[in-house]
Amino acid sequence: MARIVVDVMLRKEIHDPQGEAIASAAHRLGFGQVLGVRQGKRFEVELSGPADEAALARVAELAGELLANQVIEEFTLHES
Amino acid sequence: MSGADTVGRAAATPGQPQPYAELGLTSEEYARIGGVLGRRPTDAELAIYSVMWSEHCSYKSSRVHLRQFAESAPPSAALLAGIGQNAGVVDIGQGYAVTFKVESHNHPSYVEPFQGAATGIGGIVRDILAMGARPVAVMDSLRFGPADAPDTRRVLPGVVAGISFYGNCLGLPNIGGELAFDPCYRGNPLVNALCVGVMRHEDLKLAAARGTGNQVILFGSRTGPDGIGGASVLASATFGGSDAAKRPSVQVGDPFMEKLLIECCLDLYAGGLVTGIQDLGAAGVACATTELAAGGGSGMRVDLDVVPLRDPALGPAEILMSESQERMMAVVEPGDVDRFMDVCARWGVLATVIGEVTGTGRLEMTWRGEQVVDIPPASAADEGPVYQRPIQRPAGQDALLADDPAALPRPEGGPELRAALLSLLASPGLADTAWVTEQYDRHVRGNTVLAMGQDAGVIRIDEQTGLGIALATDGNGRFGLLDPYAGAQLALAEAYRNVAATGAVPLAVTNGLNFGSPEDPGVMWQFSEAVRGLADGCAALGVPVTGGNVSFYNQTDETPIHPTPVVGVLGVHADVTRRVPVGLRTEGAPIVLLGRTAAEFGGSAWAQVAHGHCGGRPPQVDLGAEQALAAVLTAAAADGLLEAAHDLSEGGLAIALAECCLDQGLGCQVALQGDLFTQLFSESAARAVVAVRPGSERAFAALAARHGVPVQELGVAGGDSLVVQGSFDIPVDELAAAHTGTLPGIFG
Repeated sequence: MARIVVDVMLRKEIHDPQGEAIASAAHRLGFGQVLGVRQGKRFEVELSGPADEAALARVAELAGELLANQVIEEFTLHES
Repeated sequence: MSGADTVGRAAATPGQPQPYAELGLTSEEYARIGGVLGRRPTDAELAIYSVMWSEHCSYKSSRVHLRQFAESAPPSAALLAGIGQNAGVVDIGQGYAVTFKVESHNHPSYVEPFQGAATGIGGIVRDILAMGARPVAVMDSLRFGPADAPDTRRVLPGVVAGISFYGNCLGLPNIGGELAFDPCYRGNPLVNALCVGVMRHEDLKLAAARGTGNQVILFGSRTGPDGIGGASVLASATFGGSDAAKRPSVQVGDPFMEKLLIECCLDLYAGGLVTGIQDLGAAGVACATTELAAGGGSGMRVDLDVVPLRDPALGPAEILMSESQERMMAVVEPGDVDRFMDVCARWGVLATVIGEVTGTGRLEMTWRGEQVVDIPPASAADEGPVYQRPIQRPAGQDALLADDPAALPRPEGGPELRAALLSLLASPGLADTAWVTEQYDRHVRGNTVLAMGQDAGVIRIDEQTGLGIALATDGNGRFGLLDPYAGAQLALAEAYRNVAATGAVPLAVTNGLNFGSPEDPGVMWQFSEAVRGLADGCAALGVPVTGGNVSFYNQTDETPIHPTPVVGVLGVHADVTRRVPVGLRTEGAPIVLLGRTAAEFGGSAWAQVAHGHCGGRPPQVDLGAEQALAAVLTAAAADGLLEAAHDLSEGGLAIALAECCLDQGLGCQVALQGDLFTQLFSESAARAVVAVRPGSERAFAALAARHGVPVQELGVAGGDSLVVQGSFDIPVDELAAAHTGTLPGIFG
């Protein structure tokens, strides 16, 4: 069994109000050195077979279709 | 040296090629800018002109037609601010003023349904806020392709979730709207949002920068690369298939910041700290600075270096064009700046002095110490190009009108009529909208009197006197296609009738005009006819257009959407406790049909649902009859003569009676004369069905007679079935099953 991790982040230019809210909460808690926060999502996808190239390609397809909204988000894959 | 394209450099390098075409300007428009400035524009100036002269901001194709709204407007003492302001303002009595407006967010909602629709709500709320009012409710008017099309299944849930997310987070009730489906909206949904706000007369604010030395303050969110070129590229051009790279980055809204902005602005207004104010919507800082300076007939100097940025790499043109959400711009007297900043700090709203009002009559901007903008502001805000686009009645229009639905096979006999009613009631455009509307908070703020499922949304304004307002939006693209002049009037008449059906006196109009490409002479004919129809209709009904929005380029490839003017009518309730709901509620209450019924099926819901047909003539418009009907409905409500009232529109009497039964689960027995099919399904205008309060029959009959409104006694409320005597009966449970099953069946 293989496990692929998909990290989804808002594209760099997209406004991230949640990240901003976290950053200002960090300041309130005394973490003054925090300049900014961007929030994303992490998915761990378990596969029945090996994590070969074909499997990675399928997971990438899944990420593009379901896990990430590619109009505003981008994703990266890696084996866990 | 900043490397920026400065005014000096622009004067010295007249021949330097500039990307005006990519920014949506024609070569004639580009040359015109050169004529205004006496040199080529800098990159920053080009950015300003490209967004301000875009169709979306300049109304360059529609302006010559929209003038009719002002020219033929009926005299109205109620109008406190009209067309040209951020939103129209009307006097509703007792010192209160109401401001309301519809705006479209069609293209952004197709690209990214959730964020597109959410920022549509955010934008219209800021328009209302900029007038000095507290936003108190929203409505949404939605149109999609066929309900079961894959595209609709992608777009609709996102749009609805976006509207509910933003509106619910803001704490604004959503009190109604529309949901319609038609193949013509496939790939081009219409997402029109309406907001209404309330203020005292003396709180009215205008978008004008006056008083040399007054400070210009940008406050709210930071400026990022959101939606750069949105106004020029996205809202003002036909959609290409897959040019994803050209799409501006999607704007992501932050309703919690908007909520802070609302409370902050109201606090600033209360403190008398604002002399002029403008929201930032399409075209961002470029639009706010040019409109404020032009509105005040003044000049303005702006330092772009101090604009707080989310991305420090942004250059002057990008800062000017950014459509980052949740921002406002205020003009403040120098002595008030400290207090202004204190209020903003209290609400956690970032505020920055970015410039000041000058007496030069020029809008001047610097970046990295060098001048990058020096223009007369009115040349961008008010004196843009105006086009008299070619108009040509489409060649197929006569054939469309000749395609009379009289030739279509009709249901005959009880069982077929029964089946026709149930299939209409279950059709996506007439089915229960709870799947959508249950995602919206309709009761927050505690003043909602009537909302979805009723003829109009009604909210209470004054808790002591019961003063309130009613709002309805309507539009019917099929009628618009068959006859745009009549279609616009029918939309107006329906919204007017809906407001009156709740007992409110109709007072003023807003509109969202959704059309295809203005470069298509056939579309321009539709547009000019619709505007003429609406202007004539408003004059006849005595309700002025207070403002609105035009959305062109709603088409996929060569096929435009049906001409879809969405008309919003605002009415006033002297006392909301007298409002009349849709549902039957008392056994034995007499049911009466008001108005005249003829066999009118052109563009009807029956023709569409049963035959996929849209041809012939739309129902006859009779605005005198609409006025008389409204007078009867409002007087009867004020006198407490009615238990229920419901306007007749799509699906005719059959659908109206079904909805009257469904509201409270009480049936009725009616006897119809003449051709049953016509009686049940015709969509003749100027009609309503009412349930008279038992004991008030004679008073009501006398009232209707006094206004010359035809009355047809249909039967009585009661029982657990909708019974059409001698023809069929349908248990209310069966009606409910047909009505409520459709949208959950499609959208899950």
